[in-house]
Amino acid sequence: MKQIAVFSGKGGTGKTSLVASFAALARRAVAVDTDVDAANLALLLPGEDTSEKAFYSGRRARIDPERCTGCGACRDACRFGAVRAVGTRFEIHTISCEGCGVCGLVCPVPDTITFEDNLAGTWRIRHTATGLLVHAQLGIAQDSSGKLVAHLRREAETLGERAQMPYLLIDGPPGIGCPVHAAIGGVDLVVAVTEPSVSGEHDLIRLLDLAEHFRRPISVVINKADLAPKVSTRIRRVCHGRGVPVLGEIPFDPLVPRLLAQGRLPLDARPATAEAIRETWKAVSEATERG
Amino acid sequence: MRVAFASGKGGTGKTLLSTAFARALADREPGRVAYVDADVEEPNGHLFLHPEKVTTTRFSVPIPVLVDGRCRGCGACQRFCAWHAIIALRNRVMVLPELCHACGGCIQICPDRALREQMRSIGSLSFGTTGGLAWHSGRLDVGEARSTPLVSAVLESAPEGALTVVDCPPGTSCPVLAALEGADRVVLVTEPTPFGLHDLDLAIRLCRVLGLPHVAVLNRADLGDGGVRDHLAENDVPLVAEIPFEREIAVAVSEGRIPLADSPALKEAVERLIELLESPGGPS
Repeated sequence: MKQIAVFSGKGGTGKTSLVASFAALARRAVAVDTDVDAANLALLLPGEDTSEKAFYSGRRARIDPERCTGCGACRDACRFGAVRAVGTRFEIHTISCEGCGVCGLVCPVPDTITFEDNLAGTWRIRHTATGLLVHAQLGIAQDSSGKLVAHLRREAETLGERAQMPYLLIDGPPGIGCPVHAAIGGVDLVVAVTEPSVSGEHDLIRLLDLAEHFRRPISVVINKADLAPKVSTRIRRVCHGRGVPVLGEIPFDPLVPRLLAQGRLPLDARPATAEAIRETWKAVSEATERG
Repeated sequence: MRVAFASGKGGTGKTLLSTAFARALADREPGRVAYVDADVEEPNGHLFLHPEKVTTTRFSVPIPVLVDGRCRGCGACQRFCAWHAIIALRNRVMVLPELCHACGGCIQICPDRALREQMRSIGSLSFGTTGGLAWHSGRLDVGEARSTPLVSAVLESAPEGALTVVDCPPGTSCPVLAALEGADRVVLVTEPTPFGLHDLDLAIRLCRVLGLPHVAVLNRADLGDGGVRDHLAENDVPLVAEIPFEREIAVAVSEGRIPLADSPALKEAVERLIELLESPGGPS
């Protein structure tokens, strides 16, 4: 099973619509949405979900108000500002707590600070027209996105191998931080979707650096390429200079957001758009086969 | 006063709105406004604001290092670490710095006092000015995983007492929480697609959890459907302005310009946000 991960650095360049289109064009694939902060792939890949499964990660501290003497040792030791004074006692501000355990270590009164497992999010498996989708929702204000991404990838890999799927398609999170690291490791090809703007170009270059850091092969797709042809040319030049292939260019098509609004794929947009996406998938799948 | 621009979904126009808002505000009150780029993984504000007299310093976080000859390999640090960032070997430890959250627990728990903290650089902090507007930005080094401390640092670097405009990272998890810390108001920038709607809903819930007053601006308002407007109405989130898709905006964004002069809709959106900021009660 070949693993293809679609990233963009900058958000909103079209990762999710492209991954959903790839899933349709691949005919058989397991897809995984690793943008667990704001997971959108399920909106474009309809099907039947399995029941929701809980994802626990880390712990959260709790202070027993009956036992707390108000000494403040926990507040002084907490590096995350998660201990707050309430009257003469202290309380954990759960959103700020990272579950490190230091407060429990320094509290002089035994059994005053306890730790509970933290429900970080939920995840599901969906049977779609062309295969499977593993998707999740990180809880609001949670901090375990990298761990949840790693968990989803393991599940998707197991499911995909078992069903003998030819492709694992990863819809990546924006940025270059921890969830991206969890999503990029070990993939066969990184596809960077960019758009012709100064931000798109800037963030693409950081993504190229990141792929190099993780020693993963990377290719580029320029979405809405005709919106600013000069910038598209500059991006192509940057890619050429770094030996990074540009595998596709997709034109701007105002039909696309309207189709998305109906839960439809950009493959139903203008013929030129659909053709560009088909060509892009062909190039991406061939590049993956070449390894 | 601190106003944060957030969105849940990426690419909805946070940087467009926040730079335009900061620019327009600074034109009215030069020297009193600061723009803070808190999207330290992908900072883009400088591409539009073109700051001058830029000063950059490295930013570091503490990580544990071994004091020679003291470790007896008991493994207490490894058992304590919630992030599996320290591995106890015979008479020494291996630290995985990208995983460390700098809680300091391993240092405290070590019975041999074999660990101490050393600063490790993970990114940079910059500041500069652009036509009466202060610009503050953080930039995470490529390969670093944890952006939250740098987000907090760039917010702290903004001058006290300034009108501070924060350009948040996308999402709803830790870097966004850090960027929203201390915000008085949040402007949610969204778009009328099912993705925009889904992520807007998360962002509204995040604002509620944090108790932050929030309003919305709808970008590319004519591309998509009406679901977002209904959702805002149902949730009593004021929709301050709508900006249609305009090629002038797309071209300006591609070139690194703030199209306040080219797009009346953007200009009006910014003016409405400023009015709202100046109104005594503000948004609910």
